[in-house]
Formats: sequence, C-alpha cells, structure tokens
Amino acid sequence: MAYANSGEYIKHHLTNLVYGQHPDGSWGIAHGADEIKEMGFWSINVDSMFFSIVLGVFFLWIFRRAAKKASTDVPTGLQNFVEWIIEFIDDSVRGSFSGKNPLIAPLALTIFVWIFLMNFMDLLAVDHIPGLAGLLGVPYLKIVPSTDPNVTFALALSVFILVLYYSIKMKGPGGFFAELAFHPFPKFMMPINLLLEGVTLIAKPISLALRLFGNMYAGEMIFILIALMYSGGWVLGIFGGFLQLGWAIFHILIITLQAFIFMTLTIVYLDMASQTDH
Amino acid sequence: MNFNATLIGQTVTFIVFVWFCMRYVWPPIMAALEERNARITEGLAAAERGQKDLEQAQAKVSENLDEAKQQAQEIINQAQKRANEIVDGAKDIAREEADKIKSAATADIDQQVNSAREQLRKEVSGIALAGAEQILKREVNADTHAAVLDELVAQI
Repeated sequence: MAYANSGEYIKHHLTNLVYGQHPDGSWGIAHGADEIKEMGFWSINVDSMFFSIVLGVFFLWIFRRAAKKASTDVPTGLQNFVEWIIEFIDDSVRGSFSGKNPLIAPLALTIFVWIFLMNFMDLLAVDHIPGLAGLLGVPYLKIVPSTDPNVTFALALSVFILVLYYSIKMKGPGGFFAELAFHPFPKFMMPINLLLEGVTLIAKPISLALRLFGNMYAGEMIFILIALMYSGGWVLGIFGGFLQLGWAIFHILIITLQAFIFMTLTIVYLDMASQTDH
Repeated sequence: MNFNATLIGQTVTFIVFVWFCMRYVWPPIMAALEERNARITEGLAAAERGQKDLEQAQAKVSENLDEAKQQAQEIINQAQKRANEIVDGAKDIAREEADKIKSAATADIDQQVNSAREQLRKEVSGIALAGAEQILKREVNADTHAAVLDELVAQI
C-alpha cells in the first residue's frame, strides 16, 4: 500500500478494522476515521476480536493439552513449561491473596498469559501481517489487541465487577458502604469520605486499563515511527533496524511486566475486596 | 479512543476464557502438581526410612558378628580344655599301664630269682655233698647225715 505521507502511514497503522452500520443503513467495514465515528457504539473492532480470541484459544489449547497429560511422572517439555507458569501464578496468588477462592488463580493465569500473548504481537514487525492482509483486501489491521482501549477496558471492567461483587458478598452491602463512607475521616464527614473513596474505587479499573493501553500504545507507536525510517534511505534504514532491535529487546521486558502488573493488581484488588476485617 | 461494542465482545470472551481455565485447565494441573508433591515427599521419607533400616541392619550385623566371634572363641577354649583333659587322662592311663607292666615284670623277676636261687642252692648242696664225699673218700650215709645236710642247705 502506498501512503501519501508519514502522517497517513501512522494514522493508518493506528486504525482498527471496524465493522458496523453505515449511516445509510448498510452494514460493512469502515474506511477511515470519519466512518468509524459515524458508526457509533454498535460497531465492532474485528481485528481486536479476531487476534484476542485466536491468542486466547491458543493459550487455552496449550494449557488444556498440558492439563490432559498432567501426571505425577517426571514432566517433560510442554508440560514442564506449563507447570512452571502455573507454579509462578500460584506463588503470586498465595503471596497476595489471603483468602480462599477457587476463582482467583485461574483468573490470574488467564489474565497473565492472555495479556502477555496480546502484548507479544507487538514484537512482530508492524507491517508484515497488516501488509499481507492489505494484499488480501483488508483495508485496516491492528494486530496488537492490547493497543485497543476496548480490550484493556473490557478486562479492567470485568475485574472491577468482580471487585464490587466480592466487596458486597464478603462485607455485605452495609459493610461495603461503611468502608466507603466512614474512612479515612470520622463519620460526620461522610460526603468527603464518599468522594475520596469513590474516586479511589473508580481509579482502580481506569488505572488498570489505561496503564496497559498506554504502555502498549506508546510501544506500538515507537515501532511505527522506527518503521517509518526504513523509507528514509539506506543509512537511516540500517539505523532504524538497530533501533527496532533494541526497542524490541527492551519491549520484551515491558510486555511481560505489564502482563504481570495487571495480574498482580487484579489479585491485590480482589484481596482487598475479600477482606472482612477492615 | 473510541469505544464500541468490542468492549462487550471482549468482556464476554474474557469471561468464557476464565471459565474454561477455571473448569478445565487449572484444577487438573494443580491436582497433578499436588499429587506429585505428595509422591516426592513420600519418596524422600521412604528413602530416609530405608537409610535408617540399613543402618540398623548394619549395626545388627556387626553385633551378630561380635557374638559369633565370642562364641567361636568359647568353643575353641572349651575344645582346648577338653583336649588337655583327654591328654591328661591318657597320661594317667599310660602311667597306670606302665606301673602294671612294671610290677608284673618285677614279680616275674622275683620269681625267676627265687627259682634260680633254689636251683643254685640245690646244685651247691649237691656239689657240697659230692665234695664232702670225695674228701671223706667213703660213702656217706645220706640218711645219717641228712640232718646235717639240710642244715647246710638252710644256711646257704
């Protein structure tokens, strides 16, 4: 695909493949940011959905295979790897979550591996898969689902709903309200307490979602900017190659760290929600 | 950032993934891990037990060995004592036998000496009688001189 200028190149790489209803009533793929805006809420980012589901299914397939073969014999290869991750997650959960809840560990495992895999798509060269898809007639393709705020907010809101659910379940509605209303100041300053605690509560999912989204979006942006250098001649291209390698190596740390932070904070938030003695 | 129905789609996807993980992935792997943990613990305990058993057995073996050595020593001592007794007994028997043979021989010798003495006495008395006959050149009446002769014989 040819681009009029670098601005268009960047914009193109940051646009999702959106399917929705056009203003004239027909359903189809949106071409450009204006059409996406016109489609409103009831449209869907096909690329985010596709890659996140493919990666999630890949994750579950690998782990399901290991779970089927799980035995008390000496583990080999894949099983060893899977057990290593499981034990790592289990340690994290045991370290941060004080109660007993069969949901937490599988939730943490899913969050960690799924987000890691979605982030990992960032390490694939920015032009290869979208370019290939372009040849097949797909106008836009963002292959890193975690650079889509819809994805990160969906995760964070799910976690937030769990936080609310367990807060009310463990503390009771009154206890949960008391926690929001009677801290950190005495009871007569209830409105201020509610405001402060309310902001703290709301900040949890928003910070979760924005942290992941921001890191991945910025990382992707830098990859795109580096990729722009390849069109700037030999010298700039080779320099860009080194830059991309360096950034990719550094990014391995970031994608793992972001997945880990998301998981750990989820565990911590749910632990706080589950604690009854406050 | 524009939000759309992807938010809902992702939430549903996420819930399904977590459900699947919770139902089909986590429990079997965790169960296997715990079971293996138990097995390893058991194995280590068994190894320790085996080690202890081995040590006990070795201690018992050395104890038995000591006992056996002691018994063997006792048997050897007894055998030596018995052998000494047998030798002593044999010596006694031999001495007795020798004494018996010696006394028998002594008796025999005594008897022979006596008989020789008797014979000698008879011969001497004969010779004395013959000498006396020659000296006297006449016949001596044996009956008349028998008393004298007997006296002589008795004196020899």
